[in-house]
Amino acid sequence: MTEMLSHLKKNWQAQPEENIGEDERAISALAGGALALYGLRRGPGGLLLTGLGAALVYRGLTGRSAAYRALGLTSAGPDALPAPQPLTVTRAETVERPREELYRHWRNFENLPAFMQHLESVTALDERRSRWAAKAPLGTRVEWDAEIVEDRPGELIAWRSLPGAQVPSAGRVEFREATGGRGTVVRVQMEYTPPGGALGALAALVAGEEPHKQVADDLRNFKALMEAGEVPTTRGQPSGRGMDEPDPRAARLLARAGAKKGSVA
Amino acid sequence: MRAVCWEGAGKVRVESVPDPQIINPRDAIVRVTSTAICGSDLHLFDGYNPTMMKGDILGHEFMGEVVDVGPGVPGLRPGDRVLVPFNIACGSCFFCKQELWSCCDNSNPNALLAEQVMGYSPAGLFGYSHLTGGYAGGQAEYVRVPFADVGCFKVPAHLSDEQVLFLTDVFPTGYMAAENCDIRPGDTVAVFGCGPVGQFSIKSAFMLGAERVIAIDRFPERLRMAREQGGAEVVDYEETDPLEALRELTGGRGPDSVIDAVGMEAHGTGIGNLYDQAKQAVRISTDRPTALRQTMLACRKGGTLSIPGVYTGLLDKIPFGAVMNKGVTIKTGQTHVHRYVRPLMERIERGEIDPSFVITHRMRLDEAPHAYQIFRDKQDECIKVVLAP
Repeated sequence: MTEMLSHLKKNWQAQPEENIGEDERAISALAGGALALYGLRRGPGGLLLTGLGAALVYRGLTGRSAAYRALGLTSAGPDALPAPQPLTVTRAETVERPREELYRHWRNFENLPAFMQHLESVTALDERRSRWAAKAPLGTRVEWDAEIVEDRPGELIAWRSLPGAQVPSAGRVEFREATGGRGTVVRVQMEYTPPGGALGALAALVAGEEPHKQVADDLRNFKALMEAGEVPTTRGQPSGRGMDEPDPRAARLLARAGAKKGSVA
Repeated sequence: MRAVCWEGAGKVRVESVPDPQIINPRDAIVRVTSTAICGSDLHLFDGYNPTMMKGDILGHEFMGEVVDVGPGVPGLRPGDRVLVPFNIACGSCFFCKQELWSCCDNSNPNALLAEQVMGYSPAGLFGYSHLTGGYAGGQAEYVRVPFADVGCFKVPAHLSDEQVLFLTDVFPTGYMAAENCDIRPGDTVAVFGCGPVGQFSIKSAFMLGAERVIAIDRFPERLRMAREQGGAEVVDYEETDPLEALRELTGGRGPDSVIDAVGMEAHGTGIGNLYDQAKQAVRISTDRPTALRQTMLACRKGGTLSIPGVYTGLLDKIPFGAVMNKGVTIKTGQTHVHRYVRPLMERIERGEIDPSFVITHRMRLDEAPHAYQIFRDKQDECIKVVLAP
């Protein structure tokens, strides 16, 4: 009888086991909070988002996912899921500059933040390795190291993050002459594992950081920078809504151009 | 500064907004001395472009004096008197190098949005919705001009604002429309719409060698201007069926080329017109292509249809069979203004044309709401308004 009672009590009190890994919990909670806030700001129409956000916060705080349990999955402990399938995005633009020049500009990774919006900085550590810092959702920041895995001058650069990166990623850019001497076709392939698996991808989508759009935007920015010397923007211009927040990249470019002009003059 | 802001369908207001500043190295700031309202501003005014935001500063026909330049603008300095094409062009992409300035690859910050609608993004435009960049426009005291080394044209002191202001848009637009007709000696050109672009199309068609120009409209003052200033034969489409009139006037052959200088808010007669009005009113369709349909039917076999009129979205009930079976060539596009500024300024200097003939109203910037209203409703014989900030 005592044994039976004890068994009942145990089952009564038993909580489902934690089945979400630490990283994913943190991301789930943060993304969920953002989603819930976003939903609330949108008023009644955002209720669904608010609910979804709240669920993400719950699973982040408790480390328990009913969906994972139902599917018999876990991302915690030794039985963790195999890493989610990496997401691959490709995009090409034709740039009206010589192949060599484009290659050289890209090969200096410290130039990348000027046209890749989410990057804050890239610092070369040696010939092949570099340290990358990027903006992450909700004003957070991620850092990782990357190495060049293939480098064919004037033709191709491929890199990938080193083990330990929070967001494992790889990139590849190819430079090929367009037909009839009409510039250089620049083809970019980015591959990365979205934070928080599919839920992270969803949160990124809501926050306007959808990866396809990001790669497309970044490559357009590269093209504009190489062809026109600057990236078009309206951030920082007036309107009846007041003054937009200025574009920090444009401000840096402007300061550099001003200094250069000053030194020449 | 004071600026004309779009406040919603049918509503503009002159508001106090912050002064513009240099943002990119190739920017300049221009103090506006003259600015005009364009017929295409009326499409925005009436709320037919879904990418307008409350508070957007309107205006893409403006000129003035440079007051500040970025470090990447050689050859321009404060005090220079300049006019600025309505399209923004970088000058170094594939398209700019071919003088297809309105197709510039690098001037639309919202290119991805435009790609979704059009496949590829055209150039950014001043004051013309977020689809084409969301740039603050020139119906203001000051304006920021990106790629100012390419987009600012110096104006000699002996030419007045009114003589050169329309080089920013409507004169080159009418001129390119006529050029697109590939006019040969003996040609007859029909021009649908006698607003400012229509008026400049008429003049340009004669400049380029047309023997006859037939102009179609319904407002007496516009038809009068076409006849007296432009030397065109005129047809009032409310009195006469324009297709019948054109057949009759061209001896049964039809005009060699036809210009649609009307665009997306055409007026017509009959059931078709009511149908278009209803669809556009409930925003099922963005455009009301009455004039475009007529131009397709009016054009002779093997002729050219040139379309300077603005269309933004999807068109309904287009008689494309007529275009195909008659072998009509269609030429269109936002005007590559940069291509025409200098040659047309030379024509003005030589006294071949004084573009100020289209101006019917001169007002202060503060009067913009009234100006928009009378221009749209064709009150007070309004054809072209110039505003002074």
